[in-house]
Amino acid sequence: MKNAVGREIPDSLLVNGREVYQGKQYMDGKYLQKAAPRTRRYEKPQESKLLDSIAEALRHCGAKSGMTFSFHHHLRDGDYVVNMVMKAAIEELGLADLTIAASSLGSAHDPIAGYIEDGKVVGIQTSGIRGRMGEVVSAGRLKTPAIIRSHGGRPRAIEAGEVHIDIAFIAAPTSDCVGNCRGIGGKSDCGPLGYAMTDAKYADHVVVVTDCLVDFPNFPASVEAIDVDAVVVVDSIGNPKKIASAAARISQNPRDLMMAENVAKVIASTPWFQEGFSFQTGVGGPSLAANLFLEQYMDQRNIKMGWAIGGICGPMVELLKKGKVGKVIDVQDFDLDAVNSIHRTPNHFEMSASQYANPANKGAFVNKLDFVVLAALEIDTGFNVNVLTGSDGVLRGAPGGHPDTAAGSKVCVIVTPLVRGRMATVCEHVVTVTTPGDCVDVLVTDYGIAVNPLRPDLIQCLDEAGIPHVTIEALKEKAYSLVGRPDDLEWEDQVVAILEARDGTILDVVRKIKPFTLE
Amino acid sequence: MIPRPKPERFRLRRTMMFMNAQKPGLIKDAYIYGCDSIMLDLEDAVAENQKDAARFSLYHALKTIDYGDTEVIVRINGLDTPHWREDIRVCVAGGVDGIRIAKCESAQDVHTVEKAVEEAEREFGAEVGRTLLMAALESPKGVLNAYEICSASERMFGVAISGGDFRKCMQTTPQHNGIDMLFARGQMLLAARASGIQCFDTVFTDLDDEEGFRAEVFQNKAMGFDGKSLINPKQIRFVHEVFAPTEKEVIQAEKIVRAIKENAEKGLGVFTVDGKMIDIAFLPGAERTLRLARACGMYEGDLV
Repeated sequence: MKNAVGREIPDSLLVNGREVYQGKQYMDGKYLQKAAPRTRRYEKPQESKLLDSIAEALRHCGAKSGMTFSFHHHLRDGDYVVNMVMKAAIEELGLADLTIAASSLGSAHDPIAGYIEDGKVVGIQTSGIRGRMGEVVSAGRLKTPAIIRSHGGRPRAIEAGEVHIDIAFIAAPTSDCVGNCRGIGGKSDCGPLGYAMTDAKYADHVVVVTDCLVDFPNFPASVEAIDVDAVVVVDSIGNPKKIASAAARISQNPRDLMMAENVAKVIASTPWFQEGFSFQTGVGGPSLAANLFLEQYMDQRNIKMGWAIGGICGPMVELLKKGKVGKVIDVQDFDLDAVNSIHRTPNHFEMSASQYANPANKGAFVNKLDFVVLAALEIDTGFNVNVLTGSDGVLRGAPGGHPDTAAGSKVCVIVTPLVRGRMATVCEHVVTVTTPGDCVDVLVTDYGIAVNPLRPDLIQCLDEAGIPHVTIEALKEKAYSLVGRPDDLEWEDQVVAILEARDGTILDVVRKIKPFTLE
Repeated sequence: MIPRPKPERFRLRRTMMFMNAQKPGLIKDAYIYGCDSIMLDLEDAVAENQKDAARFSLYHALKTIDYGDTEVIVRINGLDTPHWREDIRVCVAGGVDGIRIAKCESAQDVHTVEKAVEEAEREFGAEVGRTLLMAALESPKGVLNAYEICSASERMFGVAISGGDFRKCMQTTPQHNGIDMLFARGQMLLAARASGIQCFDTVFTDLDDEEGFRAEVFQNKAMGFDGKSLINPKQIRFVHEVFAPTEKEVIQAEKIVRAIKENAEKGLGVFTVDGKMIDIAFLPGAERTLRLARACGMYEGDLV
C-alpha cells in the first residue's frame, strides 16, 4: 500500500493495527493505552544492590533467550556497555534470539554484527545503525526487519508497549550502590541521561552499569534507584575521548559559513524571530555555524533567545553564559563544554527523550520550537529527507530527533551542500524517507535556497527580505548538471528495516540491496 | 563547452577573489560566494613544476563550468618567466574575460601582452579585442609608470597594486593606518582616474585580524577605489557592505538620471535637482551609483 509520501509499504507489514504514514498529526487527539512494566518488589531493605558481574545481574533479572534488552547512547561512539552486556548474555549465559532496543547504535558496536550473523541477535530497534551492523542488516542477515525510530518515536513506542523491555541497561557515569545515576562526576561523563529515562520507567528490570561508584545518595538523580534492580561496577563504561569530543569548533570552511549565514538570514526574515524565540541546531558544520550568524542578527535587533534544546555543544553553552539565551534544556551533550556545563551553569537543564520529542505525550518541547536547523544526506523534490541510508542503499545513519523537531517546529530549515563528491544531495527521490516532506520548510544549499510550496507564508517572508530563492526542482537540476543523474538502486524483495514515522505508522522500508556485479 | 558573453570593460568589480587555478575543489564553483570577479592564479600560487598541470585544470574549468555573471580573470606569470606566452594561449582558448599582467612595469609590458593576446585570439578564432587586460603594479617602477601603463591599451579595464611585493621593495610592512602604501595607492588612483580605468586595492592577508581588514576596506572606499582583491570568501560580504551606496545617494542618483533623461528630451543641458546644478557630466557617476545599488539589492528600477 502506498503511503502519504508515495512509498510502497508491503501489506504483510500492516498487521496488528499498524498503518502506513498518513501525513503529519494524523494521530492527534487519539487515545493511547500505556503499557505498564511487571516489576519486582524489594520490600526488605537492601543496603546495596551491587552485584559482581554483568552475568550475575542478568541472572538476577531472570534473563533468558528471546528477551529484549535496552540501551541508551549517551556514550556515543565511546560506548562499551552494549558489547559488554551482549557478550555476557550470549557467551556466558548462552542466551539466543535476543533483541536489542537501543536509542542509537554506532560503529562502536561492530561486534554485535557477529551476533547477528550467528543468529544470536534476531531483532534490532534503534535510531542509528552504522558500521558493520548496518552492513549485515542491509545484507539481510538479521532475522526480523530492524525497526528504525526517531528519538521521540522511541519513548512513544515504549510507552505504548510496542516495544516491551525485559531488561534495561543504564550506562551511568556515576551511580551510588542502589542505582541513583547521574551523567556527571565520574571518569566517563556524558552530561544528561535523557534517553535512558523512559527505559528505566517502563522496563521490567533495570541494571545500572557504572565505572564510578559514589556515595549514596547520588543526587539529583537522572535515573532513580526506585526503578533499579541491580548495580554493576566495571573498569570502564566507555572511551571518554569518543564520548564527548573536545570543544566543538565553529567551522572555518567558507562554504559552511556561507550556508550558515543564509540560514540565519532566512530565520531572521520570519515573524518568529523575536524576543524569546526558541531554537535547535545540529552539530554539523553549517548547522553549528548558524549560531554565529544568528547571534549577529540577535545583537542587531537587540533580542534574546528564550530557550534552546537538543543535543547541545559548546557554542550554545557560550550563548547561555553570555546571557543571550534564557534556558538550555538538554537531552544529550556532544562536547566537553556542554558536559561540564549541564547542572552547573544556571539555567542549563536536563530532560528526557519523551519530554524532548515524544509525539504521543501531552506536549513535548519540540511542539513549542520556533526554529530547527538540520542536515540531510539527501533531500528530494518533495522535500522528503533521508538521513539513514547511503547512496549505495546501505544503512549508515540515524533519524535521531530530525523527524520530531521538523514536525514540531514552526520553521524547519535543512542545510546541506548541493553535492557531496559525485552524489547529488538534492535529488528526485531519496533512497529512504526518514523525515516526510510535509514537515520540512526551507532548504539552504551552497547553490541557492528553496522554500517548500506548502509554506507560502515563508515565501513571502523571504521575498520581503529580498532573499533570493529558487524552486527545489531547479536545485535538483543544477545538482544533476554538475554530477550526473545516478542510476536507480536495485533491491531485492526482502525488507531489512522498517522506518517508523514518529507517530508509529510506517514511513518507508529499506530492502535488501542487490549485490552489484559488473557486466 | 560554456561560451561566455563578450566581456564588459567597465562593470561592477567590488570584489576579486584570488584562487589557485590548480585546485579543482576551489575553482569548480567559486562563483557561489557572490564575488564580482574571480581571479584564477597561474602565478605565485602554482609551484614552478606544476605550471602545466595548472593550465590544464584552468582550461577544462573554463570549458565545463558555467560561471554565470561572475567575471573570470586569470593572473598569468610574469614576462620574465618562460610561462606567460603559454598562459595567454590557454586563457584565450578557454575564453576568459580578462588577463591580469603580473609585475607590470611599463606600457611596453602591456603592449607585449596585448600582442600575444591578439595572436592567440586569431589562433583560436576568438573575436579580436575580446579579451580584456588589467595590470598589477608590484614594484616602485611600476607605480611610477602607472599613468603610461593605465593608458596603454583599449583593452585595459583596471589597475591593481600587489602589496606583498611592493612592500618588500619599499622595505616596509603592512601598517594599520595604511601609511606604508599611501603614496603608491594615491599615485595609482590618480593614474587610473586620469586614464578612465578602474582601480583595485591589494589583498589583506591576515584573516584573523578582522579589525585591520575593516579599517583597510573603509580606507579603500574613502580613497576612491573601485574594489579590492580578496583571498577568502568570508571577506566578500564586508567589502560589499562598505562599497554599497547609502540610501540617500541612491535616491539622489535616481533623481539625477531621471532628470537628465527628461531634460534631454526637452533639449535642456543644464538644470537643477534639489537646488544643485546638474549636467550631462553627472550621468556616469549617477548611473554607476544605481548599478552598484542594484548589485547590492537596493535598487530595482529600470534606469540602468
